[in-house]
Amino acid sequence: MQQGHQTWLFKNKPVIISTAAVGGPHEAEGPLADDFDLLHGDLWVGQDSFEKAETRMLEEACEIAIRKAGLQKQDIQFFLSGDLLNQIISSSFAARTLAVPFLGLYGACSSSMESLALGSLIVDSRGGNHVICGTVSHNAAVEKQYRYPTEYGAQKPPTAQWTVTGAGVALLSAEGAGPRVTSATIGRILDMGISDPYNMGSAMAPAAVDTITAHIRDLQISLDEYDLIATGDLGRVGHAIAGDLLKKHGIGFTAGKFTDCGILIYSADQPGVLAGGSGCGCSATVAFGHIMNRIKRGELKKVLIVATGALLSPLSYQQHESIPCIAHAVSIEHIH
Amino acid sequence: MSNKKKKKLTPVQQEYQSFSRAREPKRPVLLNCLKAFLVGGLICAIGQGVSEFFLWNFDFTEKTVGNPTVAIMILFSVILTSAGVYDHIAQWAGAGTAVPVTGFANSMASAAIEHRSEGFVLGVGGKMFKLAGSVIVFGVFSAFIVALVKTLLAELGGA
Repeated sequence: MQQGHQTWLFKNKPVIISTAAVGGPHEAEGPLADDFDLLHGDLWVGQDSFEKAETRMLEEACEIAIRKAGLQKQDIQFFLSGDLLNQIISSSFAARTLAVPFLGLYGACSSSMESLALGSLIVDSRGGNHVICGTVSHNAAVEKQYRYPTEYGAQKPPTAQWTVTGAGVALLSAEGAGPRVTSATIGRILDMGISDPYNMGSAMAPAAVDTITAHIRDLQISLDEYDLIATGDLGRVGHAIAGDLLKKHGIGFTAGKFTDCGILIYSADQPGVLAGGSGCGCSATVAFGHIMNRIKRGELKKVLIVATGALLSPLSYQQHESIPCIAHAVSIEHIH
Repeated sequence: MSNKKKKKLTPVQQEYQSFSRAREPKRPVLLNCLKAFLVGGLICAIGQGVSEFFLWNFDFTEKTVGNPTVAIMILFSVILTSAGVYDHIAQWAGAGTAVPVTGFANSMASAAIEHRSEGFVLGVGGKMFKLAGSVIVFGVFSAFIVALVKTLLAELGGA
Protein backbone atom coordinates (compact mmCIF):
# COMPACT_ATOMS: atom_id res chain seq x y z
CA MET A 1 0.00 0.00 0.00
CA GLN A 2 1.34 3.38 -0.97
CA GLN A 3 1.93 5.80 1.86
CA GLY A 4 2.91 9.37 1.12
CA HIS A 5 4.85 10.03 -2.07
CA GLN A 6 7.27 7.15 -2.44
CA THR A 7 6.82 4.67 0.39
CA TRP A 8 5.21 1.25 0.50
CA LEU A 9 3.68 0.06 3.75
CA PHE A 10 3.48 -3.73 3.76
CA LYS A 11 0.23 -4.74 5.45
CA ASN A 12 1.05 -8.44 5.60
CA LYS A 13 4.63 -7.79 6.71
CA PRO A 14 6.59 -10.31 4.61
CA VAL A 15 8.88 -12.53 6.69
CA ILE A 16 12.58 -12.94 6.00
CA ILE A 17 12.64 -16.67 6.75
CA SER A 18 16.33 -17.05 5.97
CA THR A 19 19.33 -15.12 4.73
CA ALA A 20 22.80 -16.01 3.52
CA ALA A 21 26.07 -14.11 3.16
CA VAL A 22 29.08 -15.36 1.22
CA GLY A 23 32.39 -13.50 1.31
CA GLY A 24 35.92 -13.50 -0.05
CA PRO A 25 39.40 -13.38 1.51
CA HIS A 26 39.40 -9.66 2.30
CA GLU A 27 36.04 -9.96 4.06
CA ALA A 28 37.34 -12.95 6.04
CA GLU A 29 39.96 -10.66 7.55
CA GLY A 30 37.39 -8.01 8.45
CA PRO A 31 35.59 -7.56 11.77
CA LEU A 32 32.36 -9.16 10.46
CA ALA A 33 33.93 -12.47 9.40
CA ASP A 34 31.79 -14.45 11.89
CA ASP A 35 28.58 -13.16 10.30
CA PHE A 36 29.25 -14.83 6.95
CA ASP A 37 27.78 -18.27 6.20
CA LEU A 38 30.62 -19.07 3.84
CA LEU A 39 34.01 -17.45 3.33
CA HIS A 40 36.37 -18.11 0.46
CA GLY A 41 40.12 -17.91 1.02
CA ASP A 42 40.65 -17.81 -2.73
CA LEU A 43 39.46 -14.93 -4.89
CA TRP A 44 38.87 -17.36 -7.78
CA VAL A 45 36.31 -19.41 -5.80
CA GLY A 46 37.55 -22.46 -7.71
CA GLN A 47 36.51 -20.96 -11.07
CA ASP A 48 38.63 -19.98 -14.06
CA SER A 49 37.50 -16.36 -14.25
CA PHE A 50 36.51 -13.70 -11.72
CA GLU A 51 33.17 -13.29 -13.48
CA LYS A 52 32.40 -16.97 -12.99
CA ALA A 53 33.52 -16.64 -9.37
CA GLU A 54 30.97 -13.86 -8.89
CA THR A 55 28.18 -16.01 -10.35
CA ARG A 56 29.24 -18.94 -8.19
CA MET A 57 29.08 -16.88 -5.00
CA LEU A 58 25.51 -15.77 -5.77
CA GLU A 59 24.53 -19.38 -6.48
CA GLU A 60 26.07 -20.47 -3.19
CA ALA A 61 24.26 -17.74 -1.26
CA CYS A 62 20.93 -18.81 -2.80
CA GLU A 63 21.60 -22.49 -2.07
CA ILE A 64 22.49 -21.72 1.56
CA ALA A 65 19.40 -19.55 2.10
CA ILE A 66 17.11 -22.20 0.58
CA ARG A 67 18.72 -24.93 2.67
CA LYS A 68 18.51 -22.87 5.88
CA ALA A 69 14.78 -22.38 5.28
CA GLY A 70 14.35 -26.13 4.82
CA LEU A 71 13.05 -25.66 1.29
CA GLN A 72 13.88 -26.93 -2.19
CA LYS A 73 14.60 -24.89 -5.33
CA GLN A 74 11.17 -25.74 -6.72
CA ASP A 75 9.51 -24.13 -3.70
CA ILE A 76 10.81 -20.72 -4.81
CA GLN A 77 8.49 -18.71 -7.05
CA PHE A 78 10.66 -15.75 -7.97
CA PHE A 79 14.28 -14.70 -7.90
CA LEU A 80 15.10 -10.97 -7.94
CA SER A 81 18.69 -9.98 -8.36
CA GLY A 82 21.12 -7.45 -9.76
CA ASP A 83 24.88 -6.92 -9.91
CA LEU A 84 27.50 -4.59 -11.32
CA LEU A 85 28.77 -6.48 -14.34
CA ASN A 86 27.70 -5.58 -17.88
CA GLN A 87 24.21 -6.87 -18.69
CA ILE A 88 23.98 -8.16 -15.08
CA ILE A 89 25.44 -11.51 -16.16
CA SER A 90 26.15 -12.79 -12.66
CA SER A 91 22.49 -12.54 -11.73
CA SER A 92 21.23 -14.03 -15.00
CA PHE A 93 23.76 -16.87 -14.91
CA ALA A 94 22.94 -17.67 -11.29
CA ALA A 95 19.26 -17.64 -12.25
CA ARG A 96 20.08 -20.11 -15.03
CA THR A 97 21.49 -22.51 -12.45
CA LEU A 98 18.70 -21.85 -9.99
CA ALA A 99 16.06 -22.42 -12.69
CA VAL A 100 13.56 -20.18 -10.89
CA PRO A 101 11.45 -17.47 -12.58
CA PHE A 102 13.74 -14.46 -12.61
CA LEU A 103 13.55 -10.69 -12.65
CA GLY A 104 16.87 -8.95 -13.29
CA LEU A 105 17.39 -5.58 -11.66
CA TYR A 106 19.97 -2.87 -11.93
CA GLY A 107 20.38 -0.37 -9.15
CA ALA A 108 24.17 -0.62 -8.84
CA CYS A 109 24.99 -0.96 -5.13
CA SER A 110 21.39 -0.19 -4.17
CA SER A 111 20.30 -3.49 -5.77
CA SER A 112 20.20 -5.23 -2.37
CA MET A 113 17.36 -3.07 -1.07
CA GLU A 114 15.79 -2.60 -4.51
CA SER A 115 15.36 -6.38 -4.73
CA LEU A 116 14.20 -6.66 -1.11
CA ALA A 117 11.61 -3.88 -1.57
CA LEU A 118 10.24 -5.39 -4.79
CA GLY A 119 10.33 -8.92 -3.35
CA SER A 120 8.39 -7.71 -0.32
CA LEU A 121 5.83 -6.09 -2.61
CA ILE A 122 5.37 -9.38 -4.47
CA VAL A 123 4.97 -11.39 -1.26
CA ASP A 124 2.79 -8.73 0.39
CA SER A 125 0.39 -8.69 -2.56
CA ARG A 126 0.31 -12.51 -2.58
CA GLY A 127 2.07 -12.56 -5.92
CA GLY A 128 4.29 -15.36 -4.67
CA ASN A 129 4.91 -17.26 -1.48
CA HIS A 130 8.68 -17.67 -1.55
CA VAL A 131 10.82 -15.00 -3.17
CA ILE A 132 14.62 -14.79 -3.12
CA CYS A 133 16.18 -11.33 -3.28
CA GLY A 134 19.88 -10.73 -3.48
CA THR A 135 22.93 -9.32 -5.12
CA VAL A 136 26.62 -9.98 -5.57
CA SER A 137 29.88 -8.19 -6.36
CA HIS A 138 33.46 -9.38 -6.84
CA ASN A 139 36.36 -7.03 -6.26
CA ALA A 140 38.48 -8.10 -9.22
CA ALA A 141 35.59 -8.48 -11.68
CA VAL A 142 34.14 -5.08 -10.81
CA GLU A 143 37.49 -3.27 -10.76
CA LYS A 144 38.24 -4.77 -14.17
CA GLN A 145 35.06 -3.35 -15.59
CA TYR A 146 34.94 0.05 -13.91
CA ARG A 147 38.57 0.95 -13.33
CA TYR A 148 42.10 -0.12 -14.20
CA PRO A 149 43.38 -3.70 -14.31
CA THR A 150 43.72 -5.01 -10.75
CA GLU A 151 47.51 -5.32 -10.93
CA TYR A 152 47.99 -1.88 -12.51
CA GLY A 153 49.97 0.48 -10.34
CA ALA A 154 47.71 3.50 -10.02
CA GLN A 155 47.53 5.36 -6.74
CA LYS A 156 44.04 5.69 -5.30
CA PRO A 157 43.07 8.81 -3.35
CA PRO A 158 41.96 8.59 0.31
CA THR A 159 38.30 8.96 -0.77
CA ALA A 160 38.41 5.74 -2.84
CA GLN A 161 36.64 2.60 -1.62
CA TRP A 162 37.28 -1.12 -1.83
CA THR A 163 34.73 -3.21 -3.76
CA VAL A 164 33.40 -6.02 -1.58
CA THR A 165 33.73 -9.61 -2.76
CA GLY A 166 30.53 -11.12 -1.53
CA ALA A 167 26.97 -12.19 -2.13
CA GLY A 168 24.02 -11.62 0.15
CA VAL A 169 20.49 -12.96 -0.29
CA ALA A 170 17.26 -12.96 1.68
CA LEU A 171 14.44 -15.46 1.32
CA LEU A 172 11.03 -13.87 1.80
CA SER A 173 7.84 -15.66 2.65
CA ALA A 174 4.27 -14.72 3.48
CA GLU A 175 4.45 -16.67 6.71
CA GLY A 176 7.03 -18.19 9.00
CA ALA A 177 9.38 -17.06 11.69
CA GLY A 178 11.91 -14.29 11.32
CA PRO A 179 12.34 -10.55 11.01
CA ARG A 180 9.65 -8.83 8.97
CA VAL A 181 9.80 -6.21 6.26
CA THR A 182 7.37 -3.45 7.24
CA SER A 183 7.96 -0.64 4.77
CA ALA A 184 10.16 0.48 1.90
CA THR A 185 10.95 3.88 0.43
CA ILE A 186 11.97 4.01 -3.21
CA GLY A 187 14.52 6.73 -3.86
CA ARG A 188 14.74 9.22 -6.67
CA ILE A 189 17.92 9.99 -8.55
CA LEU A 190 20.08 12.80 -7.27
CA ASP A 191 23.05 14.19 -9.13
CA MET A 192 25.18 16.77 -7.40
CA GLY A 193 27.53 17.10 -10.34
CA ILE A 194 30.32 15.02 -8.85
CA SER A 195 32.11 13.09 -11.59
CA ASP A 196 35.04 11.51 -9.76
CA PRO A 197 34.51 7.73 -9.54
CA TYR A 198 37.05 7.67 -6.70
CA ASN A 199 34.73 9.82 -4.63
CA MET A 200 31.51 7.80 -4.59
CA GLY A 201 30.76 8.51 -0.95
CA SER A 202 30.36 12.23 -1.56
CA ALA A 203 28.36 11.59 -4.73
CA MET A 204 25.91 9.20 -3.03
CA ALA A 205 25.45 10.91 0.35
CA PRO A 206 22.71 13.33 -0.86
CA ALA A 207 20.70 10.42 -2.32
CA ALA A 208 20.82 8.61 1.02
CA VAL A 209 19.72 11.73 2.89
CA ASP A 210 16.93 12.40 0.38
CA THR A 211 15.53 8.87 0.78
CA ILE A 212 15.79 8.97 4.60
CA THR A 213 14.00 12.34 4.61
CA ALA A 214 11.29 10.97 2.31
CA HIS A 215 10.91 7.87 4.49
CA ILE A 216 10.25 9.75 7.72
CA ARG A 217 8.06 12.31 5.93
CA ASP A 218 5.90 9.67 4.22
CA LEU A 219 5.49 7.59 7.37
CA GLN A 220 5.41 10.61 9.70
CA ILE A 221 7.88 9.09 12.11
CA SER A 222 11.17 10.20 13.61
CA LEU A 223 14.48 8.43 13.14
CA ASP A 224 14.47 7.60 16.86
CA GLU A 225 12.03 4.79 16.07
CA TYR A 226 14.95 2.87 14.66
CA ASP A 227 17.59 1.08 16.71
CA LEU A 228 19.90 1.24 13.73
CA ILE A 229 20.01 3.19 10.48
CA ALA A 230 22.61 1.75 8.14
CA THR A 231 23.49 3.40 4.86
CA GLY A 232 24.72 1.13 2.08
CA ASP A 233 28.25 1.91 1.05
CA LEU A 234 28.98 5.57 1.67
CA GLY A 235 32.23 4.75 3.45
CA ARG A 236 33.84 6.97 6.05
CA VAL A 237 33.83 10.07 3.83
CA GLY A 238 30.29 9.83 2.49
CA HIS A 239 28.79 8.72 5.78
CA ALA A 240 30.20 11.73 7.65
CA ILE A 241 28.80 14.00 4.92
CA ALA A 242 25.39 12.29 5.13
CA GLY A 243 25.35 12.77 8.91
CA ASP A 244 26.15 16.47 8.54
CA LEU A 245 23.53 16.84 5.80
CA LEU A 246 20.86 15.30 8.05
CA LYS A 247 21.81 17.74 10.81
CA LYS A 248 21.73 20.60 8.32
CA HIS A 249 18.18 19.60 7.39
CA GLY A 250 17.21 19.51 11.05
CA ILE A 251 16.73 15.74 11.20
CA GLY A 252 17.75 14.43 14.59
CA PHE A 253 19.33 11.03 15.14
CA THR A 254 21.34 9.36 17.87
CA ALA A 255 24.98 9.30 16.85
CA GLY A 256 25.65 5.65 17.73
CA LYS A 257 22.59 4.44 15.81
CA PHE A 258 23.60 5.85 12.44
CA THR A 259 26.15 3.69 10.70
CA ASP A 260 27.31 2.50 7.29
CA CYS A 261 27.81 -0.98 5.86
CA GLY A 262 30.96 0.19 4.06
CA ILE A 263 32.50 1.21 7.38
CA LEU A 264 31.37 -1.90 9.29
CA ILE A 265 32.65 -4.54 6.88
CA TYR A 266 36.38 -3.74 7.06
CA SER A 267 38.67 -2.46 9.75
CA ALA A 268 40.31 0.85 8.86
CA ASP A 269 43.82 -0.60 8.82
CA GLN A 270 43.12 -3.32 6.23
CA PRO A 271 45.27 -2.72 3.15
CA GLY A 272 43.59 -1.01 0.21
CA VAL A 273 40.35 -0.25 2.05
CA LEU A 274 40.90 3.55 2.26
CA ALA A 275 37.47 5.16 2.85
CA GLY A 276 35.62 1.84 3.28
CA GLY A 277 33.82 -0.91 1.39
CA SER A 278 31.54 -0.50 -1.63
CA GLY A 279 29.84 -2.59 -4.28
CA CYS A 280 26.59 -4.53 -4.42
CA GLY A 281 27.89 -7.12 -1.99
CA CYS A 282 28.64 -4.51 0.65
CA SER A 283 25.15 -3.64 1.86
CA ALA A 284 23.88 -7.13 0.94
CA THR A 285 26.36 -9.10 3.07
CA VAL A 286 26.27 -6.65 5.99
CA ALA A 287 22.47 -6.37 6.01
CA PHE A 288 21.70 -10.04 5.35
CA GLY A 289 24.60 -11.29 7.49
CA HIS A 290 25.68 -9.07 10.35
CA ILE A 291 22.57 -6.93 10.87
CA MET A 292 20.15 -9.85 10.43
CA ASN A 293 22.12 -11.82 13.04
CA ARG A 294 21.90 -8.91 15.46
CA ILE A 295 18.13 -8.72 14.94
CA LYS A 296 17.81 -12.46 15.56
CA ARG A 297 19.88 -12.18 18.74
CA GLY A 298 17.45 -9.54 19.94
CA GLU A 299 20.03 -6.73 19.98
CA LEU A 300 18.05 -4.72 17.46
CA LYS A 301 14.27 -4.42 17.17
CA LYS A 302 13.81 -2.16 14.18
CA VAL A 303 16.36 -1.20 11.55
CA LEU A 304 16.40 0.88 8.41
CA ILE A 305 18.77 -0.16 5.66
CA VAL A 306 19.43 2.58 3.11
CA ALA A 307 21.33 0.99 0.22
CA THR A 308 22.99 3.58 -1.98
CA GLY A 309 23.91 3.19 -5.65
CA ALA A 310 26.05 5.19 -8.05
CA LEU A 311 24.50 4.76 -11.48
CA LEU A 312 27.51 5.55 -13.62
CA SER A 313 29.13 3.45 -16.31
CA PRO A 314 32.80 3.44 -17.41
CA LEU A 315 31.57 4.97 -20.68
CA SER A 316 29.60 7.79 -19.06
CA TYR A 317 32.62 8.59 -16.89
CA GLN A 318 34.93 8.77 -19.91
CA GLN A 319 32.43 11.07 -21.59
CA HIS A 320 32.73 13.39 -18.56
CA GLU A 321 29.19 12.82 -17.31
CA SER A 322 28.52 13.34 -13.62
CA ILE A 323 27.35 10.48 -11.39
CA PRO A 324 23.58 10.05 -10.86
CA CYS A 325 22.94 8.42 -7.48
CA ILE A 326 20.05 6.63 -5.85
CA ALA A 327 19.14 5.14 -2.49
CA HIS A 328 16.38 2.75 -1.44
CA ALA A 329 15.39 2.30 2.19
CA VAL A 330 13.81 -0.82 3.67
CA SER A 331 12.58 -1.09 7.22
CA ILE A 332 13.05 -4.46 8.93
CA GLU A 333 11.43 -5.21 12.27
CA HIS A 334 11.59 -7.99 14.78
CA ILE A 335 7.96 -8.67 15.70
CA HIS A 336 7.13 -11.34 18.26
CA MET B 1 37.89 22.20 -10.72
CA SER B 2 38.08 24.76 -13.47
CA ASN B 3 35.74 27.73 -13.49
CA LYS B 4 34.41 26.77 -16.90
CA LYS B 5 33.20 23.43 -15.58
CA LYS B 6 31.78 25.02 -12.44
CA LYS B 7 29.56 27.33 -14.46
CA LYS B 8 27.50 24.41 -15.72
CA LEU B 9 26.57 23.37 -12.19
CA THR B 10 23.38 24.60 -10.60
CA PRO B 11 23.66 26.71 -7.42
CA VAL B 12 22.48 23.71 -5.35
CA GLN B 13 25.18 21.52 -6.86
CA GLN B 14 27.82 24.17 -6.25
CA GLU B 15 26.71 24.59 -2.66
CA TYR B 16 26.80 20.84 -2.06
CA GLN B 17 30.20 20.45 -3.67
CA SER B 18 31.78 23.04 -1.41
CA PHE B 19 29.93 21.43 1.54
CA SER B 20 31.29 17.97 0.69
CA ARG B 21 34.77 19.17 -0.27
CA ALA B 22 35.22 20.60 3.22
CA ARG B 23 34.62 17.10 4.58
CA GLU B 24 36.73 15.07 2.17
CA PRO B 25 40.29 14.04 3.06
CA LYS B 26 42.71 15.66 0.63
CA ARG B 27 45.41 13.83 -1.25
CA PRO B 28 48.62 14.41 0.74
CA VAL B 29 50.33 16.04 -2.25
CA LEU B 30 53.61 17.03 -0.59
CA LEU B 31 54.09 13.66 1.05
CA ASN B 32 53.17 11.93 -2.23
CA CYS B 33 55.77 14.04 -4.05
CA LEU B 34 58.43 13.06 -1.53
CA LYS B 35 57.53 9.37 -1.78
CA ALA B 36 57.50 9.58 -5.60
CA PHE B 37 60.89 11.30 -5.53
CA LEU B 38 62.41 8.62 -3.30
CA VAL B 39 60.91 5.58 -5.04
CA GLY B 40 61.41 6.99 -8.55
CA GLY B 41 65.01 7.75 -7.65
CA LEU B 42 65.48 4.30 -6.15
CA ILE B 43 64.20 2.62 -9.33
CA CYS B 44 66.60 4.75 -11.40
CA ALA B 45 69.45 3.87 -9.03
CA ILE B 46 68.65 0.17 -9.48
CA GLY B 47 68.67 0.74 -13.26
CA GLN B 48 72.04 2.43 -12.96
CA GLY B 49 73.33 -0.52 -10.93
CA VAL B 50 72.12 -2.96 -13.61
CA SER B 51 73.82 -0.99 -16.38
CA GLU B 52 77.06 -0.79 -14.36
CA PHE B 53 76.87 -4.56 -13.94
CA PHE B 54 76.64 -5.03 -17.70
CA LEU B 55 79.41 -2.49 -18.35
CA TRP B 56 81.79 -4.21 -15.94
CA ASN B 57 81.05 -7.82 -16.78
CA PHE B 58 80.23 -7.81 -20.48
CA ASP B 59 81.38 -6.20 -23.66
CA PHE B 60 79.02 -3.20 -23.68
CA THR B 61 79.67 0.49 -24.24
CA GLU B 62 77.74 3.32 -22.56
CA LYS B 63 75.69 3.63 -25.73
CA THR B 64 74.77 -0.05 -26.11
CA VAL B 65 74.23 -0.87 -22.42
CA GLY B 66 70.75 0.72 -22.51
CA ASN B 67 69.14 -2.25 -24.22
CA PRO B 68 70.00 -5.03 -21.75
CA THR B 69 69.35 -2.67 -18.83
CA VAL B 70 65.86 -1.84 -20.06
CA ALA B 71 65.17 -5.54 -20.65
CA ILE B 72 66.15 -6.35 -17.07
CA MET B 73 64.03 -3.49 -15.66
CA ILE B 74 61.04 -4.70 -17.70
CA LEU B 75 61.61 -8.20 -16.36
CA PHE B 76 61.68 -6.89 -12.76
CA SER B 77 58.46 -4.97 -13.29
CA VAL B 78 56.64 -7.87 -14.95
CA ILE B 79 57.72 -10.29 -12.21
CA LEU B 80 56.52 -7.89 -9.50
CA THR B 81 53.24 -7.30 -11.39
CA SER B 82 52.64 -11.04 -11.82
CA ALA B 83 53.35 -11.63 -8.14
CA GLY B 84 50.69 -9.03 -7.32
CA VAL B 85 53.18 -6.74 -5.57
CA TYR B 86 53.60 -3.85 -8.02
CA ASP B 87 50.16 -2.33 -7.41
CA HIS B 88 50.77 -2.32 -3.65
CA ILE B 89 54.11 -0.57 -4.11
CA ALA B 90 52.43 1.91 -6.47
CA GLN B 91 49.67 2.72 -3.95
CA TRP B 92 52.44 3.85 -1.59
CA ALA B 93 54.83 5.31 -4.16
CA GLY B 94 52.36 7.02 -6.51
CA ALA B 95 54.08 8.64 -9.46
CA GLY B 96 57.40 7.13 -8.38
CA THR B 97 56.52 3.75 -9.90
CA ALA B 98 55.12 5.34 -13.04
CA VAL B 99 58.64 6.13 -14.28
CA PRO B 100 58.76 5.08 -17.93
CA VAL B 101 60.20 1.59 -18.19
CA THR B 102 58.77 -0.17 -15.12
CA GLY B 103 55.45 1.71 -15.20
CA PHE B 104 54.98 0.99 -18.88
CA ALA B 105 55.78 -2.70 -18.42
CA ASN B 106 53.35 -2.83 -15.50
CA SER B 107 50.53 -1.27 -17.54
CA MET B 108 50.98 -3.88 -20.27
CA ALA B 109 51.51 -6.89 -18.00
CA SER B 110 48.55 -5.99 -15.76
CA ALA B 111 46.22 -5.60 -18.75
CA ALA B 112 47.46 -8.88 -20.22
CA ILE B 113 46.88 -10.74 -16.94
CA GLU B 114 43.49 -9.11 -16.47
CA HIS B 115 42.16 -10.12 -19.87
CA ARG B 116 43.67 -13.61 -20.01
CA SER B 117 40.17 -15.02 -19.36
CA GLU B 118 39.01 -13.69 -22.75
CA GLY B 119 41.61 -15.78 -24.59
CA PHE B 120 44.96 -15.04 -26.21
CA VAL B 121 43.74 -13.22 -29.32
CA LEU B 122 40.86 -11.02 -28.16
CA GLY B 123 41.96 -10.94 -24.52
CA VAL B 124 45.72 -10.78 -24.09
CA GLY B 125 46.53 -9.57 -27.60
CA GLY B 126 43.66 -7.17 -28.02
CA LYS B 127 43.60 -5.63 -24.54
CA MET B 128 47.32 -5.59 -23.72
CA PHE B 129 47.71 -2.03 -25.02
CA LYS B 130 44.53 -0.81 -23.33
CA LEU B 131 46.54 1.59 -21.17
CA ALA B 132 49.89 1.63 -22.96
CA GLY B 133 48.33 2.21 -26.38
CA SER B 134 47.75 5.92 -25.89
CA VAL B 135 51.36 6.37 -24.72
CA ILE B 136 52.58 4.83 -27.95
CA VAL B 137 50.14 6.78 -30.15
CA PHE B 138 50.97 10.15 -28.67
CA GLY B 139 54.65 9.30 -28.20
CA VAL B 140 55.06 8.41 -31.89
CA PHE B 141 52.94 11.36 -33.00
CA SER B 142 54.85 13.93 -30.94
CA ALA B 143 58.18 12.40 -32.06
CA PHE B 144 57.02 12.84 -35.65
CA ILE B 145 56.11 16.50 -35.05
CA VAL B 146 59.41 17.22 -33.31
CA ALA B 147 61.34 15.51 -36.14
CA LEU B 148 59.35 17.52 -38.69
CA VAL B 149 60.11 20.80 -36.95
CA LYS B 150 63.79 19.90 -36.61
CA THR B 151 64.05 18.94 -40.27
CA LEU B 152 62.34 22.12 -41.40
CA LEU B 153 64.56 24.29 -39.22
CA ALA B 154 67.66 22.49 -40.50
CA GLU B 155 66.53 22.95 -44.09
CA LEU B 156 65.76 26.65 -43.63
CA GLY B 157 68.74 27.45 -41.45
CA GLY B 158 71.24 25.26 -43.25
CA ALA B 159 70.49 26.65 -46.70
